[in-house]
Parts: sequence; structure tokens; C-alpha cells
Amino acid sequence: MADLKKQELSLFAPEILRPAVWQSFRKLTPRLVIKNPVMFVVEIGAVLTTLIWLRDLVAPTAQSQPLWFTANVSVWLWFTVVFANFAEAVAEGRGKAQAANLRKMRKDTIARRLVNGKREEHVPASELRKGDVVVIEAGEFIPGDGEVIEGIASVDESAITGESAPVVREAGGDRSAVTGGTRVLSDRIVVRITTNPGESFLDRMISLVEGAKRQKTPNEIALNILLAGLTLVFLFACVTLVPLALYSNISISVTVIVALLVCLIPTTIGGLLSAIGIAGMDRLVRKNILAMSGRAVEAAGDVDTLLLDKTGTITLGNRMATQFISAPGVTMTRLADAAQLASLADETPEGRSIVVLAKESFGLRGRPIADHPQFIPFSAKTQMSGIDFTDNGTLRRIRKGSVLAIRQHVAGIGGSFPTEVGSAVEAVSRQGGTPLVVCDDAQVLGVIQLKDVVKGGIKERFAQLRQMGIKTVMITGDNPITAAAIAAEAGVDDFMAEAKPEDKLARIRAEQAGGHLIAMTGDGTNDAPALAQADVAVAMNSGTQAAKEAGNMVDLDSNPTKLLEVVEIGKQLLMTRGVLTTFSIANDVAKYFAIIPAMFMTVFPEIAPLNVMHLASPQSAILSAVIFNAIIIVLLIPLSLRGVKYRPVGAGALLARSLLIYGLGGIIAPFVGIKFIDMTLVAMGLV
Amino acid sequence: MTTIGWLQILIFSGAILALTKPIGVWMFRIFEGDRQPLPRFFGPIERFLYRLCGVDPKEGQDWKQYTLALLLFSVIPLLVTYAIERLQAVLPLNPQNLGAVGPDLAFGTAVSFTTNTNWQAYTGEATMSYLTQMAGLAWHNFISVTSGIAVMLAIARGLTYRLQPGAAKTIGNFWVDTIRGLVYFLLPISIVLALVLVSQGVIQNFSSYIEATTLEGAKQTLAMGPVASQIAIKQIGTNGGGFFNANSAHPFEGGNPLANFIEMVAILAIAAGQTYMFGRMARSQKHGWALFSAMAFFFLIGVTTAYYFETRPNSNTAMQGLAVDQTAGNLEGKEIRYGIANSVTWATATTDASNGSVNSMHDSFTPLAGLVPLANIQFGEVIFGGVGAGMYGMLVMVLLSVFIAGLMVGRTPEYLGKKIESREVKLAMLYVLIFPLIILYFSGWSAVVPYGLSSLNNAGPHGLSEILYAFSSAAGNNGSAFAGLNANTPWYNITQGLTMLFGRFWMMIPVMAIAGSMLGKKVAPPSLGTFPTDGTLFVLLLVGVVAIVGALTFFPALSLGPIVEHFLAQAGKVY
Repeated sequence: MADLKKQELSLFAPEILRPAVWQSFRKLTPRLVIKNPVMFVVEIGAVLTTLIWLRDLVAPTAQSQPLWFTANVSVWLWFTVVFANFAEAVAEGRGKAQAANLRKMRKDTIARRLVNGKREEHVPASELRKGDVVVIEAGEFIPGDGEVIEGIASVDESAITGESAPVVREAGGDRSAVTGGTRVLSDRIVVRITTNPGESFLDRMISLVEGAKRQKTPNEIALNILLAGLTLVFLFACVTLVPLALYSNISISVTVIVALLVCLIPTTIGGLLSAIGIAGMDRLVRKNILAMSGRAVEAAGDVDTLLLDKTGTITLGNRMATQFISAPGVTMTRLADAAQLASLADETPEGRSIVVLAKESFGLRGRPIADHPQFIPFSAKTQMSGIDFTDNGTLRRIRKGSVLAIRQHVAGIGGSFPTEVGSAVEAVSRQGGTPLVVCDDAQVLGVIQLKDVVKGGIKERFAQLRQMGIKTVMITGDNPITAAAIAAEAGVDDFMAEAKPEDKLARIRAEQAGGHLIAMTGDGTNDAPALAQADVAVAMNSGTQAAKEAGNMVDLDSNPTKLLEVVEIGKQLLMTRGVLTTFSIANDVAKYFAIIPAMFMTVFPEIAPLNVMHLASPQSAILSAVIFNAIIIVLLIPLSLRGVKYRPVGAGALLARSLLIYGLGGIIAPFVGIKFIDMTLVAMGLV
Repeated sequence: MTTIGWLQILIFSGAILALTKPIGVWMFRIFEGDRQPLPRFFGPIERFLYRLCGVDPKEGQDWKQYTLALLLFSVIPLLVTYAIERLQAVLPLNPQNLGAVGPDLAFGTAVSFTTNTNWQAYTGEATMSYLTQMAGLAWHNFISVTSGIAVMLAIARGLTYRLQPGAAKTIGNFWVDTIRGLVYFLLPISIVLALVLVSQGVIQNFSSYIEATTLEGAKQTLAMGPVASQIAIKQIGTNGGGFFNANSAHPFEGGNPLANFIEMVAILAIAAGQTYMFGRMARSQKHGWALFSAMAFFFLIGVTTAYYFETRPNSNTAMQGLAVDQTAGNLEGKEIRYGIANSVTWATATTDASNGSVNSMHDSFTPLAGLVPLANIQFGEVIFGGVGAGMYGMLVMVLLSVFIAGLMVGRTPEYLGKKIESREVKLAMLYVLIFPLIILYFSGWSAVVPYGLSSLNNAGPHGLSEILYAFSSAAGNNGSAFAGLNANTPWYNITQGLTMLFGRFWMMIPVMAIAGSMLGKKVAPPSLGTFPTDGTLFVLLLVGVVAIVGALTFFPALSLGPIVEHFLAQAGKVY
């Protein structure tokens, strides 16, 4: 089975490299190269120099450059294009490998289609249309994407998510969506198919990882325009240099002027641009997130407000008992014991956590209770649960429940509610906890504090986000006091208490009107409007179909905390483009110092001081610059596929660092590189 | 280099710094404030002009209407000036009975003044009648300035206005901006400045030329005219077109050293003040100062370089044997009453600011000192730049800088909270492209054809520098000349005319379009993730982008001109 996580291929695995090499030559077709204006200019230059070489081979003229020189320039220009193609092919390679695995999953299963809701007929899964209803039983594959309309089943979704633990899918509620290609492990469900053939989740996933329908993202388009503009500027500068040099009786050969042009235009970023984009999408896929468009990934980098659901994102799923507070004259052990007894039959996570807390704090174990204990289950009406049993002949009625319920219960059987317990209750509420009061008959024993447990490390994460300039807003159905306490503990910037789905939507609209870009996660159908409104909306794969359709990303692992990583990947994508652009342009300085003296040296030997690198000869200088220009593309492929590391520091510090490494470094590196290549050429006796 | 020299440069820089805020505040109040700065005197004039022109000052224009008004207000005056030049022989105020101006020169000159270039291929006192000077040319000295200001206002508004959703996307009213610019700004300053200059020896009369006898007894004709009134606006409006051929090196035009200093300050003061005004519009005075700092950085580097090379013994070893005191530096082509420091300061300022007036001959500078004015122009006239034009040019550079910086910090680039998207990048690149294209295209052509080379007086790389300078000056709407090139030929009049037109309007229109597309954008509030545009890092980045765009484009051409000339001179070669 295709398991995206486990079968991850390393960047330069042979099964990626081999086809990539072949692809990089196949991509020399002008039809494909023309999409990249910078590389197209290089290819034209390569064709031109090749033709000149052929002409000189047949009929050399007096002005001709030596054949070896033209041949070398020409070959390295071809290499420049090939290297750029190679970068793109490697980036696509991993996606293709994943797509091949996914395709294997799309085996044609036989679906059991229900006709008129009763009769079953067997049809190939590929013939299922939207709206068909199918039955799936344990051991069978789900034939297509759909929504459970009847039944409950555990489903193995490891094929899609890589997560081996089965998940529960049931009709109604927020866990009703099933994905084609996954397998039902137990029970029987009836599913309504929601996609037509070719549009299924799997199909979309395949086309996404393959990059088949990759469209340029807005920032990529803008950058492309900038690069095309720079290419034009350098084209003017190079072409007009011919007559300007002719003024001083310097005749510059076409080969040399093409070499200068190719060195000056931003080939490094031009050659790596599409690889960067593909690799960015790929990084998301490897995190098990499917982005429906590259636009969404870029938008993730721009997001400045995160709306986060409290439960599951900021806190662990459920409240837990964290503390017992006993009433005056009651020992802690007695309170814990009573609390444990009252919770023995309570299968809710809260109930279990009380049993566990009593065990851990006071060594109390759950024990069998003699004489037909009677468990009183929790009901919405009574707001209490507990146990009635006979202890040494006397009937004990232990109850735990909300303050109000216990107060009434105790009053009803002639007890009193100690004021100390009342203030303990208030204190717990103030700290964001939920108080449960425990009583044994008419005596109030004390308070159990239930609290949301904030996920470990989340506070640091939010602090980082703040450094990145991103505001976090916690959304919760809790009352404002509880919400404020948790918000403070988790370190979010803002919170929305007692929030209803409509409030979420209203909040998003309000933030957007203020110029903010919002990201959120959601899984329920009632989240759909807010997901649709948010700029970046990550739907949980476990969520409903409506939520998935409203969002622009789907997280296959259904882990809401991953939103933070999405933001980082978005930023990384833009940063990688930015730094390589800077690097590419900064490189030009050294190339000028290599080529300009070389061009004019014959007529103006006095210009020699400009040859600061002391390159061996004019031809060696030009060739070294061209070779450097080609090789640097290959050297930067790993960086462009991995992306530059994002650091959660302010924009100013980030930029200063990038400018230092890629701006200043981009000026210095080619001086070293070109000199090195020049020395190598001399050592090899080539020049 | 002398202490006095450095002191003069320092005092000049200090004067610009001191004037930046008051001028900025004044301009802000004129164009953006609620209350005009001189209402009691000038309010009635403003209102009268609105009535006269049928302008409703409350009516806004969108960027297209605004641009159309701007173009009409340029083309029609262009044609009128052409007509005056051609008909000056039959028109009044022509005491010297000067004949009609030839068609190509009339075209070149009309374009030159319309575009705020004021390139003069003619000798003013021998070619243009008083009427042509005043009605044909001096008039443009005012309206070409207000046009520049108008475009700057448009883009500044586009970048800084925060429109309510559904609000009309109007960018101001061209006629209102023009009238206010004239009434509250240019006319008052010009009048005051002209009077000050008259007090310092600059002449102002309508008399015919005077025959004088020199001390040696020789006869000499002294040209006269209404000079001071034209010089005031020539300086503050970054026009630069002199009344006399020698421009401000002429004693009647440049006056005494104090007048020289005042004229020099007038070159940069308004352009500097615009940074302050923009800062106020952008609600970030620090951002305004950041722009100022980037410009000041280039100015200081330029003036230091030029001063250094002009005060050294002549770099040309062949010259060092001549009977000239080499320790005094290179005094050729300079007025002794101004000296080297004032000459290089003026040369740097006038080319930084697309002014183009001169008080020394740039052609006579040593090669690397001469590189300074040439490179200043080729940086795109954004180092303070022309009134209005320098600011909007710099803002285009800012957009490009912020675009690259934005990517590097991992966000869709934004400037003052507004996103920079492909449309703006496209327009900015259009703006950037046209400039090297026209300069290099016409220079390259002129460098290899007989009709281009025949008017060249210098051989060797210096000749090429002269051609490059001429087209750079025209494209940058500067107007200063490297001399040595007789530009009054049909070829140069026409190509220079075209270069000036493209360099002005082909660059203004993309700027207006950027103004239009930025105007309605949503404003994102700044956060820690936003790249701050008011610190040292931003200044460095901006300087880097301006330098790289300019240097990378022109380095090959410059290396065949002043750079190789420098190396040849060191080897003792002369042409």
C-alpha cells in the first residue's frame, strides 16, 4: 500500500535521479522552455553559439573565435538549460514516485450498489456516479469518496494517512466522510458516493503530487515578471555594447556577447524557480497535507491571525481532574475515596480521570463493591451522577455534580453547604477550571477540580508565532472566565468565549475587514462557512465532506496543530525564492569583473587592473564565468528543494541574515568560484 | 582637498537637512492639509483661477482622468512653444531681431522644456528672443514642475490613502494640484528668490545688449535680459535651462559666491522636502527620513568622490609635465570665484536632482570625477531627483526593494500595508526598462554612424562619454551637458527630443497606473512579520537596489567611457 510517510524517498535516490536525467534533456523542447523566459533566452544563446561553431568549422572568418572556445561556451550554455531542467525534474520526481504508488491503490474494486435502497447490484467502482449509494462490509475496500449515511465502522485509512490505527466512521456528526481506497475493518456501513470518477480525492491527490496541473502562484508570477524584466534590461545592455565597443574599434563576437548576456540574466533563480514551487507543495504532501492550490500555500505564509479551536488544538481533548479540595473537617483521602466511588461507573474521560487522580494521589484503587451497588448515571436533568450502596449495613448515597445540583440535593435531604466549599468553587472557576462538588448523603465533602490540560510546548509555539508577527485567537464554547484562564495559560493573544459557529464567521469577516489574513482549522459541517471565508482553511480529513470542500487544504492526519507548520512552509517557499533572487543578482558583480576586462583587453590593455581576479586569459575568464553560472544551478538544487530554514524571529532580523548570507555571500562566492574554475582550466591545460 | 572645501560641502549638506522639514510641512499643507499656508493673500487668487478655468476643486479624478489631464496639459503647451519659436521673428519683444528657430531645434527645445529637461542645444542669447524665453520657455519652467509634483502626489496618494470600501477611487484633481502648486508654492518662492538673487548681482532687465570696452580696450558685447526671474525657477524647479549659454558660471546668472550658494541649495531643497511630505502622508516620519537618508547617502558618496579626484594632481601622466600647478587640483573649466569644492558640489547636486544647471564644465572634470555626474543621472534621477520626478522614481525603486525584501522574509511583499502584486511589478519593470533602453539604444546608434560622430569634438573614450552623457541627460530629464558634443544637428535634436519624451511620459504613465492600482488596495496592519521600512536595513536595501539596477545596466557602457579613460590617462595616453 502506498504509505506516504514511510516510503519517503530521499532527494537524490537513484529512482528519482535516473528518470530526471532523461527528463532534463527531453525538456529542452522549446515548447516547454518558452514558459521560462530566462531559460528561453539561454537556449536561444546556446542554439546561436552552436550555429556559429558549425559555421566556423566549415568556413572560419578572420574575426572567428577559436573553435574550442566557441564549442565550450556552447556546450556550457546547453548545460545551463539542462541543469535547470534537471532541478525541475528532480523536484517532480518524488511527486511522480508517490503518484505511482497512489495509482496502485486505485484498483478497480467491485462496489455493491444499492438500487432503490434495497436490491444490491455489483458494479465496477469506476462506474459509480455522484449520488449512488453503496454498501461496504468488514474486509472490503471503500469504492469511492463518500459520506456514511447509515451505520458505524472502523476503517483502516493508513493508505492515505500512513497512520496504522483504525479510525471510526459513522453516520451523522462530524466523522462521516470516507475516502475511496481505504478499507472497512469491522461492521457494515452504507455510503453515499459524493464524487464522480476522476474527481475523487485519490485522483486529486495524484494530480497534485505529480504537479500535473500546477499553476503558477501569484507571487511566482510577479517574480517571473521581475526576472523577465531584468533579462530584457541586460539584453539591451549587451546588445548595445556591440556598437558602443565598435566606436573604440573593438569588435565583440556574438559568442562573447551571448556569454556575457547569459551570465548577467538571473539564470540561477530562473532555473530553479519552478523546482522551488514544486518542492514547496511536496513538503506539504510529506506532512500529509493536501493543498488544493499553490495559491493557498503562499497565502499561508502571509497569514497573520490564526483562529484555533481550543479543544484538540490548544488543549488535549478532554478535561481532567487535577486537584481535590476538601471541605473543613474532611480528610483528603475521604474526599478522594468518595470521588472515586462516585466515578467508578463513569466511563466519560472526566470520570476516568477522577479515578486515576485518586489512585495516583492517594493510592486508592478501584475495588469491587459488595451488596449490589446501584450506579446513578449522569443525566442532563439532574446534573449529577453517583452511586448508592450499603456499607456495613448503612445505605450510602454518594453524589458528584455541578455546584447548583449538589446544593439543591443536599438542601433537599437536610444538609448544609459550607461557605468554604462555596469559595473553593469560586476559586476553581476563576482559574479556568470546572468545579465538581462531592457529597456523601447530606455532608458536602469537597470539590474536584476539572481542568483543560494545555498541550505541552504549545506556549513556546505561540511565542514563536508572536515573533513571526502572527496573532493567535482561541475559540471555545467555554464561559469567559474559563476561557480567559486557559488563554492565559496557553499564551494565546486573544480568545473568543461562548463562541458559536456564526461568531467564528463574523470574527473572520471582521479581522479581514481590518486587513488581516486568517487561517483556521475545522472539521464539522457547521465550520464550513467559516472555512470558506478564511484565507487559509485546513479541513481535517476526519471531518465532514462539507468541511473538506469548504477548506483549501486537507490534513490527512487530522491534527489541528499542524496549521503552524503550514504557515512555516508557506513562508519558506517565498523566502527560498527571495534569497535565490538576491543571490542571482548579486552574482553579476563578479561576472562583470571577469568578462568586461576580457572583452576590452585587446584594444585597451590598460584596463588590466579591472581584472581583479587575475584570470589567465580573456577566453579563460569568459569561459570560467559561463561554467560557474551553469554549475551554481546544480549546487543550489538541494537548497531550493529543501527550502531555506525559517527562523521564528522578526522580519528585520530575518532579512538582515538573508542579505548577509545571500546578498553579500552572493557577491563574494562567484569571485572565489570563477577564480577556482579558471585555475582548474589552466591546470587542465584547456586554456 | 582643503578644510575650507570640506566645510563648504558640509555647510551645504547642513542647509539641505535643515530645509527638509519646513519645506515638507509646507508642501503637505498645500496639497494635503486642510488649511492652505497663505490663505489671506492667495486664497482669492486660487479661487479666481478655479472660476477662470471652470474647475470644481471638490471633484476628484480617477487615475486615468488625472493622467489624461496631465498629458493634455503637456502636449498643448508643447505645441504652443513650438509655434512661438517658429514665429519669434514676427512676434514682439525681439530687440535683437533674431530669426525663426529651425524646425528640428524648435522641436527639441519645445520637448526639452515641456519635459523639465531644459537641454539646450542652442546659445540662448543668440537664438531665443525675450518673448520666446519668457512665454515659450520660462512658462514651462513652472508647469513642467507642477506636472512632476502632480504625478508624485498621485502615487503618494495611491500608496498612502486608506479608502473605505465602496469609496470613489479618486486620486486628487490634476487642475487643483497644478493651481495650488503654482499659487502657494512655485510663484511665492520664485519671486522671493529672484529678488534675493538680484541683490547679489544677478541681472533683471529688458534692455538690448550693451557694448562695453574692456580694460585692454577691446570691444565686448554684454548680453542682457530678464535673468533673475528665470534663474529662480530654473533652480528650484530642477529645470536648469540657463538664460545664458554658460549657465550659472556666467557672472550675470550665477552672481557672487553667496548667490551661487543660494542657487545651489535651491537645486536640492524641494526634492529633499518631498521626502518629509511623503513621510507625513505615509504616517511615518521615520520612513520619510529613511528615504531622505538613502538619497543623502548617494549624494555624499558622489560629492566626496568628485571632490577627491578633482583635487588630486591630474591623473593623466601626460599632463603632469605641463607648466600648471598640479597641487591646486584640476581647475580647468571651473570659475575661480567658486573653486573646486563649490564646483563639484554643484555638479553632484545638479545631476542628482535632474536639474542640469551648471557652474562649471563637467566635460573638463578628470575621468572619474566626470563619472560622478554621469552615474548620478544613470541611477535614474532618484537621488533627490527632479521636483516630483525624483520622488516618484524613488518610490518605484522602493516598490522593487520591498518586493525582494518581502519575499526574503516569507510574506507576499507589501508596502505601507498594501500588497505588491504582479500588476505593480509589471508596471515598475516597465518604468525601469525604458530608461536604459533609450539611453543605450540611441548612444549605441550615434557611436557608429557618421551623422552621430561628426558633431563630436573629442576622440577616444571621452567622445563616447559625451554621447552617453547627452542621452543619459535627456532620458533623465536632466539637461546638463558634457559639452564637446554639438547637439544642434537634426540627428541629435530629433533623437534627443524623442529620448526626452520617452524619459518623461513613458515613465510617468506606469507610475500613474501604479498609483491607480495601489489606491484601492486593502491595508494590512503592520506586525512583527512585516518588513520595517523605516530602519537602517531598509535604507541599505534601497541603496543596494538603486545601485545594482543602475550599475549593472550601465557598467559595460561606462567601462568603455570614463573608466577606460581613467586607466588610459594613468598610462599617459591622450587622444
